[in-house]
Amino acid sequence: MDSKLVVSPSPHVHSGESTSRLMFNVVLALMPAFAVSLYYFGVGALIVTLLSVLSCVLFEYLIQKFILKVQPTITDGSAIVTGLLLAFNVPSNLPWYIVVIGSLFAIGVAKMSFGGLGSNPFNPALAARVFMLISFPVQMTSWPLPIESRLKYIDAITGPTPLAILKEGLKKGDTISQIADQIPSHLQLFMGVMGGSLGEISALALLIGFAWLLYKKVITWHIPISIFTTIFVFTGILWLINPEQNADPIFHLVTGGVMIGAIYMATDYVTSPMHPKGMLIFGIGIGLLTVIIRVWGAYPEGVSFAILIMNAFVPLINRYVKPKRFGEEVKRNG
Amino acid sequence: MLKTFAKGGVHPPENKFSADRPIEVLPLPAKVSIPVSQHIGAPATIVVAKGDKVKVGQLIAQSAGFVSANIHSSVSGTVESVDPVLDSSGYKRQAVTIVVEGDEWEPTIDRSPELKRTIDADAQTIIKKIAEAGIVGLGGATFPSHVKLSVPTGKKADVLIINGVECEPYLTSDHRLMLEKGHELMVGIQLLMRALGVDKAMIGIENNKPDAIKYLSDISKDYQGISVHALKVKYPQGGEKQLIKALINREVPSGGLPIDIGAVVHNVGTAFAVYEAVQKNKPLFERVVTVTGKNLAKPSNFLVRIGTPVTDLIAAAGGLPDDTAKVVNGGPMMGKAVTDISVPVTKGTSGIIVFPANESRRKADSVCIRCAKCVTACPMGLEPYLLIRMSQRMMFDKMEHERVLDCMECGSCSFECPANLPLLDYIRLGKSEVNKIIRARKN
Repeated sequence: MDSKLVVSPSPHVHSGESTSRLMFNVVLALMPAFAVSLYYFGVGALIVTLLSVLSCVLFEYLIQKFILKVQPTITDGSAIVTGLLLAFNVPSNLPWYIVVIGSLFAIGVAKMSFGGLGSNPFNPALAARVFMLISFPVQMTSWPLPIESRLKYIDAITGPTPLAILKEGLKKGDTISQIADQIPSHLQLFMGVMGGSLGEISALALLIGFAWLLYKKVITWHIPISIFTTIFVFTGILWLINPEQNADPIFHLVTGGVMIGAIYMATDYVTSPMHPKGMLIFGIGIGLLTVIIRVWGAYPEGVSFAILIMNAFVPLINRYVKPKRFGEEVKRNG
Repeated sequence: MLKTFAKGGVHPPENKFSADRPIEVLPLPAKVSIPVSQHIGAPATIVVAKGDKVKVGQLIAQSAGFVSANIHSSVSGTVESVDPVLDSSGYKRQAVTIVVEGDEWEPTIDRSPELKRTIDADAQTIIKKIAEAGIVGLGGATFPSHVKLSVPTGKKADVLIINGVECEPYLTSDHRLMLEKGHELMVGIQLLMRALGVDKAMIGIENNKPDAIKYLSDISKDYQGISVHALKVKYPQGGEKQLIKALINREVPSGGLPIDIGAVVHNVGTAFAVYEAVQKNKPLFERVVTVTGKNLAKPSNFLVRIGTPVTDLIAAAGGLPDDTAKVVNGGPMMGKAVTDISVPVTKGTSGIIVFPANESRRKADSVCIRCAKCVTACPMGLEPYLLIRMSQRMMFDKMEHERVLDCMECGSCSFECPANLPLLDYIRLGKSEVNKIIRARKN
């Protein structure tokens, strides 16, 4: 033994958890959804996902190495997660250059310009998605049909998403029962047989990933469950009031970006509150905004906007919603 | 469902390798160095001089104030020097070094092994004897026990809580003591109950020690007012405030003491020392120490005379493994890394842990990803991620407002942090600066 001992302050043991392990578990949790996407959207899903992940990692590396001149931290896995989530939030027939531009926006603008991992106020993948939606509205809202588009990329056969069918139908003055036959059954929606962004379609696959994240203690239940509950209750009330003008709550939960948004985007560590109480407020806010945009807004889908708006409230929530300190209230009951 | 404290907490790997090893009496060392500052409070005043002959149990340093403790010789022999000696704090501090000659005890000490159950002493006598015996909190905090037992006027204790939690990983000294000295422990608890004037005592033990829970539950039937409670395993349940919360669901107010809510907490080791002091007239000069480590040949529990060099303990446990790079005095979560293994065992030494090189150095830290694991882990409901930022920016007045002084330095935040941030290091810095601010305000 060397005569010199290591002397450091306590604690002398560590959980062994690390940023890259947490990110790796998020990637694992997204794999069922990716498998479903490959099954339904085939080639397009593969191309868009690989391209998005590669360009996010590459942009992070280049920006850190040549612009910020710091040691690149791509091994922490956060750029891989951003790349995956970005791909999961776009249609599988999105042209390659839009994917690359979106990745550059996510990493360059939404993440690095705010100081990189840990400092960005908005979820990078979602900020990029909204940027792409505004810049390329046509390409970002043409949805390949599942299964039929398996062997196709930009030439995929497209069709509307269930939420778009609903919005259009109601605008024309149709009732829910008149629209119903154009929309897949609840079970099909739950499995993911519908048009939509490439990773958002299968509620089942996304929920399997949720279970993994909870089991691995990567996230807590607070944000996803408060979002689900709020959407369920809010749309449930509307549905009970007028079932011919409002879709049922289950439909709202299994369509669009609710599952991927609530489980994987709203729970982004950096852009969500630090305490359970704050997380619940954050989740309820996202749920309310989502339903308001879906039911009364111009867009058929509102999860991305809802999360980004609530991201902006996070510093405020952290400042005013404090955990209950130990010994704050004096209890004496003996 | 088993009880535990509500807020925060972590689950470090237990690694209690020495749990099955009975307590062995460590052979007498050749020489002991007994520091005069082994407790919280004023260092004791030395009452012997170089060349003096001393016996086992003889007073060698006198308590220097109300919050202070007597110190006794743990061996018989000749005082070699009264000089500063390197101790586990990393500093050289005043100590009495004695060369061991034979093992001659003070004749007043009752060395018979019989259990003495009958309690003759009244409350005042018990407290006096505890003070004379130099008993301090043996769980590691080393707060003088007689001070805790002197309830301030206007306050009243209604329950005595005995800490048999031993929530620190690796350590097993309290576990073994509960198994091997159960009856002595029970009498010690009854002495403490009488000293406090309470008729109820609760022993809290974590569920990873089912043998101790069963044994003490069985024998507690013979002792009026003592009950044993199994607790769910969760660090830091051995923290006073957490243990009180777990057992009787009361919260010690911020900045307050357990007595404010009617509770007094003592460690099982302390209760045993109280038994020996009052019933056997034996001052505190030896204690049970766990010597352990993943690569140590023979993890053990030793009964050790205070002042014995740690080197002797490690040698008796199979010798220092080649890959050792860190030696910790205490538990892995709150213990102190020593600068040299020759430092003496003191009253607060609950264990010695030998860490291999690959577990001795911290991993490089990265940026905070705001995962909130530190907030979830903090048993005091603080926000370590915020405190480290404030400390780094020297915003100490804000840290006071964020109640940084509630931090008991359990280390749960640093343990959990996936970015390996030195959260507790910066919180400690903040605490010391806040204390300076408060002192300046008073003057």
